[in-house]
Amino acid sequence: MNTSTKELTNEETLFSLASSDHSEADEREYVNYSYVRETLHRFLANRGAAISVVIIAVIVVMAIVCPMVSPYTFSDVNSRQTNLPPRIPGIEAFGIFDGTVGDVDAYTKAGCPDEYHFFGTDNLGRDIWVRVWTGTRISLTIAFVAVIIDVLIGVIYGLISGYFGGKIDILMQRFTEVLSSIPQLVIVTLMIVVMKPGLSNIVIALFITGWIDMSRIVRAQVLKFKNQEFALAARTLGASSWSIIFKEILPNALSQIVVTFMFSIPNAIFLEAFLAFVGLGVPAPIASLGTMINDGYKSAMVYPHMVVAPVLVLAVLMLGFNLFGDGLRDAIDPERA
Amino acid sequence: MAQAVMKKQRGQSSAMGHYVAERLAIAVVTLFLILFILFMLLSLMPGSPFNNEEKLSPDQIAALRAHYGLDKPVLERFFLYVWNMLHGDFGVSYNIQTNMPIARMVGPRIVTTLGIGFAAGVVGAIAGFLLGVLAALKQRSGWDTAATIIAVLGVSLPSFVFALGLSYFVGFKLGWFPILFSASDPIRSAVLPVIALSMFPLASVERYTRSEIVSILDSDFMLLAKSKGLPGGLLITHHVIRNTLISVLTVFVPMLVSLMSGSLVMEKLFSIPGLGSLYITAIQSNDYNVVLAISFIYSVIFILSMLLVDILYVVVDPRIRIAGGSD
Repeated sequence: MNTSTKELTNEETLFSLASSDHSEADEREYVNYSYVRETLHRFLANRGAAISVVIIAVIVVMAIVCPMVSPYTFSDVNSRQTNLPPRIPGIEAFGIFDGTVGDVDAYTKAGCPDEYHFFGTDNLGRDIWVRVWTGTRISLTIAFVAVIIDVLIGVIYGLISGYFGGKIDILMQRFTEVLSSIPQLVIVTLMIVVMKPGLSNIVIALFITGWIDMSRIVRAQVLKFKNQEFALAARTLGASSWSIIFKEILPNALSQIVVTFMFSIPNAIFLEAFLAFVGLGVPAPIASLGTMINDGYKSAMVYPHMVVAPVLVLAVLMLGFNLFGDGLRDAIDPERA
Repeated sequence: MAQAVMKKQRGQSSAMGHYVAERLAIAVVTLFLILFILFMLLSLMPGSPFNNEEKLSPDQIAALRAHYGLDKPVLERFFLYVWNMLHGDFGVSYNIQTNMPIARMVGPRIVTTLGIGFAAGVVGAIAGFLLGVLAALKQRSGWDTAATIIAVLGVSLPSFVFALGLSYFVGFKLGWFPILFSASDPIRSAVLPVIALSMFPLASVERYTRSEIVSILDSDFMLLAKSKGLPGGLLITHHVIRNTLISVLTVFVPMLVSLMSGSLVMEKLFSIPGLGSLYITAIQSNDYNVVLAISFIYSVIFILSMLLVDILYVVVDPRIRIAGGSD
């Protein structure tokens, strides 16, 4: 009995009561990390994601700037300077990219020893460097426009289908089920066959099926949020359906929409290249990366430089967007990472 | 007691049969709708399917159209087409091989295309699975990093990037395998396209396997098995691999479908006489009976594999089976 009280007093000396005065805590400075800032932080902490930002930025800047500062244009045919190998000032001193085929200087032979075609020229003597970057412009434009339209249609469709539910939902879901059970490649090719290749027609063919995935994801998000307390509260307070959809549900679904958006872009770039490969690309003289690969691969064994440049840019671009999407998904949903 | 169990099992299998029948019915209706959509789309196709149209007089074109029944209303043509198709007649080719029945043109090509696609799928799945197991069991090692890099590349890069690289370096520079398909040596000439095509399933299976195994290693039943004192090897083969295989199977089949666009490109690159290369020729020469037939075959393959996945899910995962049986 006696010993236990003694131990108690011992404990009292070991531990002291916390102060009940909260003023100290109130005075401490707290930092407010916004959701966006927190996500951005996690995103950039991911090595792959950080690299992807650099990759995409470099390619976009090159696509914008290079065609403007180069002395050549993407469509200038020069019958004397055909099939020239790459030649880059500075690096040529090391014996690579020096414009020679075997031991012969192809540039001197073509009568232009002072010119530099960084990626060489194609079979019509057009500068591949400029063509690759204008092609990147075209590919990126097609992909971005198509995917933005995807988002618009998909978000609206998914919101309506998920929020109103019931018969509308069933009807809308059956429609997407039928549409999505036709392989995307079949729809895309048939649309182009029917409409004839062209910039806007390729965009149309891409978004005509592209929105389905987006609508599904948005619908799932709506179903997740529409009966949660905050939506219920808004409804109880008399908010209209539209204000609940756009003010309560859409902001919560935004992160998923952005992730899907990022993954749709490389997919659209690929589909465009695929169409070009089937012979349904943008009509000449404009070139996208896909049409350049399609033109170049035929002579790939003799003049590999013609196909290597567009393939490399396309590969790096798709890699960049995929890494970006991965990083974004992990940053938005840290439990998955 | 035993009777009750048996009764319950029989109830489940009949629910299963019911489920499969329902899905099949939906698939048939969907296919009919798809055929209708494809038919309507192609009837909008500009130009006529006949060769050297410029040289033909309007009368000749009219006669040709009447000969092929193209002068009839679209709906009538559609139902006639469906009727013929049910009898195995897909119409004739207009200008690739004039008047050749399409069923005969397409038949052998389906075998080639499915063969290459399937080989790529199997190679990719096995390699990807092994790589995934390795990466998950040796987490944060060099193997893991290498597997991750392969996975990112395989998922991101289109198959023609690999195909062009392989055909230039392995086919052209080293000369190990033919660059163009030759009918006399189909196995060797299929090597490069199969490898290039298998990169995507390899990468996706690797990613999926790795994340599955990592989550299984963390699970309660693994803790139990470990604390029971199961030896490590048995632990991996019995508890990890078996559980992973099941779920990999269900992501694998839809992956085969995604090989479709890749195989089209492969067939053009390596000039393989398959469905895809015929499709491309048909598109470029406006041979719309062929385009229609191949589009439809692609849709059938697509829908059947989706159906297979749905059924596989139910067969393989008892949790879905029980939930499905109760309603």
